Amino acid sequence: MAAVTPLLLLLLLSSAPSFSSGSRNAYNINGRVKIPQGLGLGTKGYALPGRMSNVKVLLNGGQNITFLRPDGYFSFHNIPAGTHLIEVSAIGYFFSPVRVDVSARTPGKVQAALTENRKGLSELVLEPLREEQYYEIREPFSIMSLLKSPMGLMVGFMLAVAFLMPKLVENMDLEEMRRAQEEMRSQGVPSLSSLLPGGAMN
Amino acid sequence: MAIRSFFLFILFFSSSLSPVFSLYEDQVGLMDWHQQYIGKVKQAVFSSQRAGRKRVVVSTEENVIASLDLRHGEIFWRHLLGADDVIDGIDIGLGKYVITLSSGGSILRSWNLPDGQMVWESSLQGPKHSKSFLLVPTNLKFDKDNVLVVFSNGRLHAISCIDGEVLWKKDFEAESFEVQQVILPPGSDLIHVVGFAALSQFEMYQINAKNGELLKHESASFSSGFSGQVSLVSTETVVALDSTGSILLTISFQDGKISSQQTPISNLVEDSLGPAVIIPSSVSGIFAIKTDAVTIFIRVIGKGNLEVVEKTTHEIAVSDALSISEDQQAFALIQHASSEIHLTVKLAHDWDGNLLKESVKMDRQRGLVHKVFINNYIRTDRSYGFRVLIVMEDHSLLLLQQGEIVWSREDGLASIIDVTTSELPVERDGVSVAKVEHNLFEWLKGHMLKLKGTLMLASPEDMAAIQSMRLKSSEKSKMTRDHNGFRKLLIVLTRAGKLFALHTGDGRIVWSYLLRSLHKSEACQSPIGLNLYQWQVPHHHAMDENPSVLVVSRCGPSSDTSGVLSFVDTYTGKELSSLSLDHAVVQVIPLPYTDSTEQRLHLLIDADKHAHLYPKTSGALSIFKREFSNIYWYSVEDQNGIIKGHALKCKCTGEVADEFCFDTRDLWSVVFPSESEKTIATVTRKLNEVVHTQAKVVADQDVMYKYISRNLLFVATVAPKGSGEIGSVTPEESWLVAYLIDTVTGRILHRVTHHGSQGPVHAVFSENWVVYHYFNLRAHRYEMSVIEIYDQSRADNKDVWKLVLGKHNLTSPISLFSRPEVITKSQSYFFTHSLKAIAVTSTAKGITSKQLLLGTIGDQVLALDKRFLDPRRTVNPTQLEKEEGIIPLTESLPIIPQSYVTHALRVEGLRGIITVPAKLESTTLVFAHGVDLFFTQLAPSRTYDSLTEDFSYALLLITIVALVAAIFVTWRLSERKELQEKWSFYSAFASQSTFSSLHFSDN
Repeated sequence: MAAVTPLLLLLLLSSAPSFSSGSRNAYNINGRVKIPQGLGLGTKGYALPGRMSNVKVLLNGGQNITFLRPDGYFSFHNIPAGTHLIEVSAIGYFFSPVRVDVSARTPGKVQAALTENRKGLSELVLEPLREEQYYEIREPFSIMSLLKSPMGLMVGFMLAVAFLMPKLVENMDLEEMRRAQEEMRSQGVPSLSSLLPGGAMN
Repeated sequence: MAIRSFFLFILFFSSSLSPVFSLYEDQVGLMDWHQQYIGKVKQAVFSSQRAGRKRVVVSTEENVIASLDLRHGEIFWRHLLGADDVIDGIDIGLGKYVITLSSGGSILRSWNLPDGQMVWESSLQGPKHSKSFLLVPTNLKFDKDNVLVVFSNGRLHAISCIDGEVLWKKDFEAESFEVQQVILPPGSDLIHVVGFAALSQFEMYQINAKNGELLKHESASFSSGFSGQVSLVSTETVVALDSTGSILLTISFQDGKISSQQTPISNLVEDSLGPAVIIPSSVSGIFAIKTDAVTIFIRVIGKGNLEVVEKTTHEIAVSDALSISEDQQAFALIQHASSEIHLTVKLAHDWDGNLLKESVKMDRQRGLVHKVFINNYIRTDRSYGFRVLIVMEDHSLLLLQQGEIVWSREDGLASIIDVTTSELPVERDGVSVAKVEHNLFEWLKGHMLKLKGTLMLASPEDMAAIQSMRLKSSEKSKMTRDHNGFRKLLIVLTRAGKLFALHTGDGRIVWSYLLRSLHKSEACQSPIGLNLYQWQVPHHHAMDENPSVLVVSRCGPSSDTSGVLSFVDTYTGKELSSLSLDHAVVQVIPLPYTDSTEQRLHLLIDADKHAHLYPKTSGALSIFKREFSNIYWYSVEDQNGIIKGHALKCKCTGEVADEFCFDTRDLWSVVFPSESEKTIATVTRKLNEVVHTQAKVVADQDVMYKYISRNLLFVATVAPKGSGEIGSVTPEESWLVAYLIDTVTGRILHRVTHHGSQGPVHAVFSENWVVYHYFNLRAHRYEMSVIEIYDQSRADNKDVWKLVLGKHNLTSPISLFSRPEVITKSQSYFFTHSLKAIAVTSTAKGITSKQLLLGTIGDQVLALDKRFLDPRRTVNPTQLEKEEGIIPLTESLPIIPQSYVTHALRVEGLRGIITVPAKLESTTLVFAHGVDLFFTQLAPSRTYDSLTEDFSYALLLITIVALVAAIFVTWRLSERKELQEKWSFYSAFASQSTFSSLHFSDN
């Protein structure tokens, strides 16, 4: 976000007045929405960069709704003095709502702040705080994911038993093993083969 | 200990904070569907571009402007304007800009026709409110600029078509002047503004279109006055009706001179017809008047001579004029005849000759034709062909061409009033074996393909096959009930008075029915649908009956007009019966009782506070009498700020004996002080909500009992000053008070004030908690609060003995006057977005954890785990609390993009979210409606009771095969090893014996 990114709109008019007074205590709020290109990394096709026609700007929770001009500028007309809230709705981007003070005493002065991080704005230029990724990224196939699946665990456990256990047994002391074998024989613990239906053959 | 930690690990694993609803991009459309609508078309303009795709630009009553494909009816682009931004007029300028005038003529916007990008926007002010007109002259230029002429708010503007700059403006400030028409005679630089002043004065202004200079002002007075609209019959003649509606005034203002002629309607038509109204049309030389039963077309010949050309009693709709050549205008006329509509296209100057006459079969469920728009095209043989766009009574939009319906759009679905659900029929016939085998093969093949997909071995074609296979799965769109309860019918009532049944599998319309009872009639002038209720849900002994829904409607906008009930079968979509009530319907209370045929008892409260029981059967009455003293309800009077509780008293004491009518009595009332509080929201629990357990085990093995009562009401009030928009009050003079009220006793169980806060309040009530969303003026952010209410009287019943012997066994008396021992816990958090709707997931048994569904201002639906709104959250939860799943407290609620239920889609104009439990406990069905419709399935705690969609059966099979193979291999190996061991043992023995024998022989 902080990185300087190539802006979609290079044209930057110098400090256009954000408020201009209209008639009878009604003011206009002018601002612009800037969506930097390539913000974040995984830009997928759904938030077409440069497609500003589906961006909406909403005042006071939908009391007024306006749209963006091709250069990203928007304006609300005939707004009474007071403290207002501007929200930007754009699929694929997260915008912080902006608190805007329209005052009768100081017309033409910008008093705006992002409500999410309380950052003041010198100009009413709204930029997304972050990109929104609505889908989980499907992870490319990897052995690990296969192994982590229940089936993988099953196979893994079996392999471990089949191959690691004999190794463990091998490492035992020869004497001890003999004793164990002796014990086993005396107790008649069936071996794996005798457990199986065909095991009774021998 | 190890086992315990393992268990905790599993618990953590399953309840980790990663978004529970998350979707891969290729899963879009598997369980969800999204439909885009526009609403009832008000105005349509055909794009006359020769090249490229044919389009029609429409404006609708839902404040949508959209560009539609004329070939298929699909939406190219669409914009939903604000709720107050009603569109007054649209047109196409320069062939490439769509011009819209909205907000009572105060906002003019221009949109790029191909892609819908807004080009410019101008705000037009004026001295006073007036009618607004938007005119796009084709030949009026001003320094090479094409000019738009707009009359709005008592001011005439000329505006550049390129950048929306106002070139000149002219005020019409005369106090009583009411503009009726703005006329641009073709080929001249003049603008004529005509209107009435002081009720009986006709005024005509002639204005220079180049600079707005007033050239001429003429007026003439008519003692009889005017009524209604005027119709323009030529660029210099208008027709108006006098105030009695019986005399036609033909006023012409040729060369700035006003001359007029009066013709009583009775001179034209023999039989007297009563007062008439003019139907505005733009066809030159012809206008129409309509009385109660008859529509009369009248031609104007020369200077004010009138002649009746047609008189018809059929319902009729006329289009605007379409110039097909220099001096020829055509228009379309549609007449109804039982199941057909007759379309005729005529030339303006030649009534009897028809350019085109076609009959089109029309579905009766579409009702009457409301609007017609005509467009022409040139056929291959260079003759003119015509196509018409018609808007029907059910708000659908159809394109007719060459006697056929080319396409139709069900735009009635853009304005849903109420939604309910119905089960599908049970599958009766068994599935044949052959089919299963075939399916098995297909099934295996599909799963092999899927496996290839997971192992990244699939080619692109395979991937496409997998995707289409998943999307087309016929299983989900079957017309029978399924085991998991995913397939249902969504029954929706639209503003047009039409019922639709949508299949939850794919969103298709199963049936639709235009309610006859919602037709305009003598008794019922402007019927409007109100609500839908489940009338009959057969499941026990009435299995053979079809389920049905009850549609409650009333005859007018005010609540004291009489009501109409209709009963509609949800399998067939046929109206079973309808009842015109002789009383009003103010409130409908579905009672939790059903009669022997599973019909649900409903209590209808009328304007005189009588309660009427439905169905009117003796069985229902006897059930009702049994429960007579257990029925309580409440009513909210928004204006006075009073909430009242009611109960039944006795049979009606009116003059007519009616067994099913009951008098009521007021039990209690809560009066909010009108100078400091104004009710803005009331919410109760859903009637059919299921709660699994009352007890809640908290971290330290302690038990808390939820206070679960069906009779809890959440009420939010704000300071009267703060009931307006955000920014209209200062934090000091605004507050919000939240109440929890018991609706049986009227006792206020909890009250909390949020200083410096204001509405709008969106709230949802479930189990023992309520969550509400409001605006905090001090922080200037939205806030969400949760209140949980617990029953303290049971807090001591912690062991079995106390439970049995304690005071809360059922024999102890419960009194209304004893104060319930409850405690409440609450907490507040910041939330970023404005909300449009809020709902909570509901599951079949209530075991699954809950998610809040928040309809944000951006028309998306966000799923937020209820655990984020838990009053027991602290900044540093203890280890035990962490184990329980308590999330460390944060200032604001997180917005995780993956938990948007609507993923990358918008439910444009979102109005409501409905959740319905599926039979499968883990899953809930979510339906969000606005101008668009969206449906999906949610599993708030993941699908723990069924395998997920992407479960690979093939991998399971392969694993099993591999395991079996491994078992055999190891068996062989072990057998061989054993044999070897034996051999070595024997050989050792043998060698020993030979050795010993040698030894012996040695001896």
